[in-house]
Amino acid sequence: MSSIGTGVEYAAKAVDNSGTAIGLRVKDGIVLAVEKLLQSKLLVPISNRLIQTVDTHIGVATAGLLADGRHIINRARDEAESFRNNYRIQIPGKVIADRVGQYVQAYTLYSSVRPFGSSAIIGAVDNEGPQLYMIEPSGVYWGYYGCAIGKGKQVAKTEIEKLNLSELCVRDAVNAAAKIIYTVHDDSKDKAFELELSWITNETKRHEFVPREIAEEAERLAKDSLNEEMEDD
Amino acid sequence: MKPGEVNLGTSLMAVTFKGGIVIGADTRTTSGPYIVNRVTDKLTPIHDRIFACRSGSAADTQAIADIVRLYSEMYSVNFGEDPTIRTAAALFHDICYQNKNALSAGIIVAGWDKYEGGSVYCIPLGGSLHKQPFATAGSGSTYVYGYCDKNFRENMTQQEAVDFVKNGIALSISRDGSSGGCIRIATITEAGVDKIFIPGDQVPTFWNKS
Amino acid sequence: MDHFSQGNINYPPQPRSDAFSDPTTQTLNPIVVGSSVLAIKYKDGVMLAADTLASFGSLARFRDCERLYRVGDFTVLGASGDISDFQYTTHLLDTLVVEEYYTNDGHVLKPPNIYEYLSRLTYGKRNKFDPLLNSYVIGGFDGGEGFLGYVGHLGTSYQSSTIATGIGAHIAQPILRKVVEGRENTITEEEAIQVLEDCEKILYCRDGRSLNYYQRAKITAQGVEISGPHKVEGDWQYGVKFGKYGNFK
Repeated sequence: MSSIGTGVEYAAKAVDNSGTAIGLRVKDGIVLAVEKLLQSKLLVPISNRLIQTVDTHIGVATAGLLADGRHIINRARDEAESFRNNYRIQIPGKVIADRVGQYVQAYTLYSSVRPFGSSAIIGAVDNEGPQLYMIEPSGVYWGYYGCAIGKGKQVAKTEIEKLNLSELCVRDAVNAAAKIIYTVHDDSKDKAFELELSWITNETKRHEFVPREIAEEAERLAKDSLNEEMEDD
Repeated sequence: MKPGEVNLGTSLMAVTFKGGIVIGADTRTTSGPYIVNRVTDKLTPIHDRIFACRSGSAADTQAIADIVRLYSEMYSVNFGEDPTIRTAAALFHDICYQNKNALSAGIIVAGWDKYEGGSVYCIPLGGSLHKQPFATAGSGSTYVYGYCDKNFRENMTQQEAVDFVKNGIALSISRDGSSGGCIRIATITEAGVDKIFIPGDQVPTFWNKS
Repeated sequence: MDHFSQGNINYPPQPRSDAFSDPTTQTLNPIVVGSSVLAIKYKDGVMLAADTLASFGSLARFRDCERLYRVGDFTVLGASGDISDFQYTTHLLDTLVVEEYYTNDGHVLKPPNIYEYLSRLTYGKRNKFDPLLNSYVIGGFDGGEGFLGYVGHLGTSYQSSTIATGIGAHIAQPILRKVVEGRENTITEEEAIQVLEDCEKILYCRDGRSLNYYQRAKITAQGVEISGPHKVEGDWQYGVKFGKYGNFK
C-alpha cells in the first residue's frame, strides 16, 4: 500500500520519538505505564500528565505531542459522557476505542487539518472484563493483551511478550510495567523521566493512579533488578 | 387527553420470574366510551428480547415506541450487542421526561438480557424510571393492586407467572370499563419470546352473582 | 400581518392574539411525588431520613423508591417532590462527579459545592419557567463538621441545624428544633436516630402520603452510610378506647 502523503507518516514519527507508553491487559485488570521525559528541570513534578481518566472505568495513556494527546482525551471524555447520557450505562471499551478511532481517522482526511501526532492506549474494565486498545495517528486501532508505543516500543514489546499476561494479576503487573519502562529508558541518551503508573482492577472498576507506596516499591524493584543485571554483565 | 383522542385506557402487567419475565395486557382501545379497536396489541416489540407495554395516548405511545425501536436497532447494529433492558428503558425514560408536557404515556419496559436476566421497568406519567420486581399500569391497574400485592411472589415458575398475569388482567378487565376484550400475554426468557392469545370468550371469570 | 412584531419606539410590541398567544409554560404540576425529608446536625455530623414512598396522587404507587442519594464521598442528597425531576438532578450530579474525577488532583465535590450548584440550578430553571419541582436537602461532612442545607424549587436556599421539607416542615420541624438547637455538638448518634425515628412515626400517623418504611443516611468523618429501609412501629392501642365520635369510653 502506498500513501499520497497525508502527513500520517510524520505524525507516526512524532510518536516514535516520544517517551515510551505501555499497556498491559491481565487476568484481573489493566495497567498503564508511561515514561514521561522531562523537558525541563523547572517543571513541577507530576505536572503534564500523560495518563488521564476518561470515565471512572477508563484510562488513556498517550505518547507523542502532548497537546494532541490532550485533545484526543477530551474527545474521549465527551464520547463517554454522551454515551452515559443516552444509554445510562458506562461506555464499553470497544465502543470508546471505535469512537475515538473514527475521530482520529477523520483528521487524516481533510486539507484543513493535520493528523494527530499522538497515539493513545485505552484501558477499560467493562461488563466483559478488562479491555485494552491502541489507536494510531492513522486512526487504526486493535485490541491487545499488551502494547507499547514511543521510543522504546520494540524493546518493550519483547519484554511484554515474556510475561504470562493471562495469569498475571494487576499487583504483579504494576511491578512488571515499572521494570519494562526502566529497562527501556536509556540513562545516557535520554532526558530524565518520571514514571506514571495507573491501573483499573476488575474489583473496583475504577481508573486510578497506583498508590504512592506501591508505585515507589515498583520503581525500587525495577531499579534493583536493573542494577543486578548490570552487575551480572 | 384531548377530545377525540384515541386512548389505551388499559390494563397492563409485567412480572419477573425465575428465568425471565411475563407481560400481559387487555386489547381494548377507546375514544371516549366508543371502542375503536377490540383486538389491539399493546405488547410492542422493541428488540429481540425487549417489549414495551403501552398505556395512555395510542398516538403518543406508538410514536415513542417506534423511536425507541429505531434507537435499539441502531444500538445493536453499531455496537454488535443487544441493548440491555436498562438501556431500552432509559431511552423511553428520556423521551417521556424531556417531553412530559406534550405526552400522555405510561409505559412498562420488560425483557431479558444476559447481564441482569429478566427485568421490569416502569415509566409513569411524569417520566420517572422505576425498576420493579413486578409492575402494573393503565387505568385498570388501580383495581388489581390488592390482587397483585397479595399474590405476587419472587422467583415464581413460568406457569405461575403466566397465571398470575392472566388472572390479574382478567380481574381488571371485569371492573374497568376502559379495559376489555381479550388478553395478550408474552413470556420472554433467554430462549426467546413466547406469545399467548386468550380470546374474549375464554378470559377467566370470577365471582359474579348472575 | 404584523410588520412590527419586534416593536420600535412608535409601535411597542403588541401581545399576540393568534392560536399561539398563550404564554409558554413548562410543567408546573408534579406527578409521581415523594413526601417529607428530615435532617439534623448532631455530634458526629449530619443525619437524614426519608420514607421510601413515591405517590401517584393518593395512590401509594412505588413503595421502594429511594429518595436519599449519595453524591461523591461526603454528601447525601435528599429530595421531596417530583421523582422524575429528582432523577434528572441525580444524573446531573453523577456527571458532575465524573467530570471532577477527570482532574485527578485529589479534589472532590464537597457538600457546600453541591449545595451552591443546586441553588444555581434550581434558580436558573425557574427563570426559564421550567422549575425543578423538588425541595432538596443537602447533608454532608466538610472541614471537620457537619453541613446541612436546603434548596427550594425557586432557587431559595439556607443552611440550618435542622431541616424538614414537605408536611414535615409543619409537623416534624418543631420537634427537631426543640431537640437539636443549641445541642448540635452534644447529641449522640443514638439520640439522633431516636428523634428522627420519632418524627417518622408521627409523620406516618399524620401524613396521608407517607409510608411506614424509611431510609436513614448518616454522614460523618468516616463518610456516607445509608441504611434501611427501617420499619416504623406504630402504637394504635388507644383506638380501643375510642368511642362514638371521639368520646373516650
